[in-house]
Amino acid sequence: MATELMVNGEKRQVETDPQKPLLWVLREDLDMLGTKFGCGMALCGACTVMIDGQAVRSCTTPVATAAGKQITTIEHVASTPVGKAVSEAWTELDVPQCGYCQAGQIVSATALLAKTPKPTDQQIDSAMSGNICRCATYLRIRKAIKQAAGLEEGAAA
Amino acid sequence: MNAPLNMNRRALLKATLVGGAVLAFDARFAFAQAPGEKAIIINAYIRVNPDNSFVIGSKNPEVGQGVITMLPMLIAEELDVDWTQVTAETTIADEKVYGFQVAGGSFTTPMNYMPMRQIGAAARQMFIKAAAARWGVPEDTLTTSGGRVSQTSGSTTAKRSVTYAELAAEAAKIAAPDLKTVPLKDPATFKIIGQSKIGVDTPAIVAGKPLFGIDVKKPGMLHAAIEACPAYGGTLTSFDADAVKALPGIIAVVPLNSGYNPKGPHDAVAIVAESWWVANQARSALKPVWNTEAQKRFSSAAFKASAEAKMAAAPEGSVHKAGDAAKALASAAKTVTARYDYPYIAHATLEPQNCTAHFENGKIEFWAPTQLPADGRKVVSEALGIAPDAITIHMTRIGGGFGRRLMNDYMVQVAQIAKALPGRPIKLIWTRTDDLRHDFFRPGGWHDLKAGLDGEGKLVALADHFITYGKDSKPDTGAAMTATEFPAPMLSDVDLSVSYVESNVPTGYLRAPSSNALAFVFQSFLDEVALAAGTDLPELMRRTLGEARVMKHGNRPGMDGSVPEFNTGRARAVIDKVCQMAGWTGRSGGDAGNGVRKGRGFGFYYSHRGYFAEVVDVTVAKNGKVSVDKVWVAGDVGRQIINPINALHQAQGSVIDGLGQILSGQKIEIRDGAANRTNFHDYPLPRIGDAPADVVVEWVVSDNDTTGLGEPALPPVIPAIANAIFAATGKRIRSLPVVPAELAV
Repeated sequence: MATELMVNGEKRQVETDPQKPLLWVLREDLDMLGTKFGCGMALCGACTVMIDGQAVRSCTTPVATAAGKQITTIEHVASTPVGKAVSEAWTELDVPQCGYCQAGQIVSATALLAKTPKPTDQQIDSAMSGNICRCATYLRIRKAIKQAAGLEEGAAA
Repeated sequence: MNAPLNMNRRALLKATLVGGAVLAFDARFAFAQAPGEKAIIINAYIRVNPDNSFVIGSKNPEVGQGVITMLPMLIAEELDVDWTQVTAETTIADEKVYGFQVAGGSFTTPMNYMPMRQIGAAARQMFIKAAAARWGVPEDTLTTSGGRVSQTSGSTTAKRSVTYAELAAEAAKIAAPDLKTVPLKDPATFKIIGQSKIGVDTPAIVAGKPLFGIDVKKPGMLHAAIEACPAYGGTLTSFDADAVKALPGIIAVVPLNSGYNPKGPHDAVAIVAESWWVANQARSALKPVWNTEAQKRFSSAAFKASAEAKMAAAPEGSVHKAGDAAKALASAAKTVTARYDYPYIAHATLEPQNCTAHFENGKIEFWAPTQLPADGRKVVSEALGIAPDAITIHMTRIGGGFGRRLMNDYMVQVAQIAKALPGRPIKLIWTRTDDLRHDFFRPGGWHDLKAGLDGEGKLVALADHFITYGKDSKPDTGAAMTATEFPAPMLSDVDLSVSYVESNVPTGYLRAPSSNALAFVFQSFLDEVALAAGTDLPELMRRTLGEARVMKHGNRPGMDGSVPEFNTGRARAVIDKVCQMAGWTGRSGGDAGNGVRKGRGFGFYYSHRGYFAEVVDVTVAKNGKVSVDKVWVAGDVGRQIINPINALHQAQGSVIDGLGQILSGQKIEIRDGAANRTNFHDYPLPRIGDAPADVVVEWVVSDNDTTGLGEPALPPVIPAIANAIFAATGKRIRSLPVVPAELAV
C-alpha cells in the first residue's frame, strides 16, 4: 500500500505495510539510517523523530499514522536555528561517546527547546527522561542543552 | 574494494615486537586507499593525500572509548603534522599486520602508547631521509613541523621547505628505521598529546551519518531476524518453516547452531527477508519447539539454595592461603563477619547485537561490530570449516561494547546464514529481548567474609568463602577471584576459598570484569571493618596499605601477558587526593528531616592498572529511593593524560554506569534455564534524572607508564554508594541491586 510522507520537507512515497513502524520505513525504505533501533517498545528513545514538532518514538509509530504530517529526522534537524544550536553544542562539548543514542537525544533536545527556549534543570531532565544513554553522557547532555539555550551552566531556575 | 598495492609503493618493514604487540609495518592490504584516491601509502597506518592531509589508521575497534581519536593522536604527534591535517580511519582487522586488535581490558593505551608513537616517528624519519636525499644534505640539517620538512641549517644558505605530500612517493620507498630505536619527541614539546581533541566521528554522529554495524548496507543485501532457544543449551525439535515461507517477503528459513556457547550447542532459527521488520514479524509464525529438559533444573532460586548449602559446607578449593587465618581470627581483638551477594547482570549495549556477512566462493567478508575480531575469525573459521585467511573482517563503529562484543556469537550465526545463502550479503539484527536473553552475563556470586582486627584497630586476618558459578573446580568465564584481591596481599593470615554452583548460563566480561563485583564486596566489607575499628574507610585503607611500596599484582596477567604491579603509594595518593577534593572529614550522614536521609561514602579500587578513589554524597528519600547528589573521583593512570576531554568523559561515564549497577534495579533472573528480562522496563538503565549534578574528576599524575581509562573508574563508585547509603540510613547494602522499599521509613 502506498503511503505519502513528508520527511524533512520532502514528499516521499513508500509502498509498504501501513503497520510497519516509521523507524523501519526510514531505515529500510527511505535509506535514512541516522534514526536508530534500540528497544522497539518506545523505552529508550534511540528512534526519536519529530512529528509536527513533537518528539515521537518512531519504533512504535505505524507509518500510516505519520502520513501527511511533518516528519523531521536527525539528518535534517540542524535545518532550524534551534536544531542547529543544539547540534553545534553537541559537537563543541563532544557529547557522544559511542554515539548510538545521540540522534534521539539531539531530536528530543531540539523538540524541547523549540517549545521551551529556556528550560529549567527539571524541565531538561523531564524532557530527556525517555532517552537512554548507555555510556551515560548525561552531564554533557544537560550542559549542551543549556549552552544551546543560551543559559549559563547552573543559572537555570 | 581494496586493491592490492603495487610493491614499489609500499614501505615493507620487518615485523617488530614492540610493547608485547607484533606490529608489522606492511601496508599491502590492510590500509589501502579508497577507489579514486590519489593517496600514497607510507605504512600500514599512514596515507598521505596530494593536498598534504593525512589519513591515519586506528587499529582497534571503537566502542565509545575514544581510540579512533586517541590512537591517531599518538601517531600524528610523532609524525609531526597538525591535527587539522588528520582524518582518522579504523583499519581493517588483520592481526598479522596490526597485532592484537581489541576493545577490552583497558588495553589500548598501555599496549599502544609507545608503539603508535614509534610508528609516527618512523614515518617522520622516512620523510626526513627523502628530503635529505632529494637535496643532497645531511639529515641533521633538517627539521619538521606541520607536515613539512625544512632545511634550517647547514651549508646551503637558502632556507627551503617541502611538504610531506611532495616527498611521499620517495619516502614510501625508504626502509623505515628500527621502531625500537627511532627518536621520539620530548613530551615537553607535545603539541597534540595532552590536548583535548573532540571525537573524530562526533560531527558525523551529530549529523546522523551511518557509522555503526547496524547501518551497514550492501548491494543485494538481505535481512535476518533470529529466534534462539530461550534456555541456554536447548536444542531445536521442530519449527514451521512452511508457515513462515508462506508469508510475503520471506526468502528463507535457516535452522542453525550458534556453535559459540562455551557450555555446548545453542540452537536457533533465522528468518531471512527483504526487510528486517518483515523477517522479525514472521517469527510469530515459526512456532519452534525446543528441547530444554536438561536446562529446566537451572533457576535463580536453585542457584541461591545451592550457594547457601555450599557456604555451610567445607570449601571445594583455595584461591589464596597464607599463615593461619582461622587461628588469627580466633585470637583477634575484634572480628567482623558478613555475607555479600550480587546477581547476573547484562551488558545491554544500546546498539543491539548485529552483524553483516557475505559468503561467496568459499570466502566470507564481515562488517562486524566486534570488540575482538581475531576471536571472530577463529570461531567463524571453526564453525564454517574454512581457513582463517578466507575471512575478511571490517570493523564498524560500535554502539557500545562493555565487553559484550568480545564474544562473537552473532558472527557465527550470520556466517551460517550467509553460507546458506551464498552470494547475498546478510545483515542479522537481534531485538532488545534477544539481546537481554542471550547475553554472556556478568556472573553473580556470594561471599562469606570474616575479618579480624588487633587491639590497635589494624586489620590482621581475612577469610572469604566465595561461591561462584562453575563446574568441576573451574569457574565460569569471568567468574574467578584471584589471590591478589585487596586486602589479601597485605595480610599474613588470610584464607580465600571457593566453591562452585553449576549453571547453564553463559557468562563473560562486563566493563571492569570481576572488579565491578569484588570492589562492591570488599570495599563495603572493609567499611564495616573500619566501623568496628572505630575509624573510617580511607583511614583503614591507609593503615592496611602501609608504607609506599610496589607489590606484584599476582596471578592475573593482562591479555598482553604482562603482570601488573600494585603500588601502595599510588593507592594512598588517590585516597588522599579524593578526600581533599571532597573535604572528607570522616563518617558523616544521617537524618535530614521529614524522612529524608543524607550520607557520604568512600570507595577505592585498583583495576586495569588504574588507581581510583571516589567519594559519593547520596540522598535517601522517605520512600527509600536513593539519589546520588555528587561524586568526586581521583585517578592515577600514569604520567600522561593523552586526550583530557575524553579522559574526563570516560571517568564520568564509568561512574554513572556503576551507579546503574547498584541503584537501577539491574538483575537477570534465570527460570527454567532461561534469562527472564525482556526490555528496558524490566532491565532498567540509568536515565538522565539518575545522574548526579556533577562528577568531579582530578588526575594524580605520577611518573608511571600511561594506562587505560575505559574501566578502572567504575568499580569504586559501587561500594562508595553502598557505604554512603549506610552512612545515611544505618542499613548495610550487602546484596545488589538496592531495593528502595527496604530503605523506606
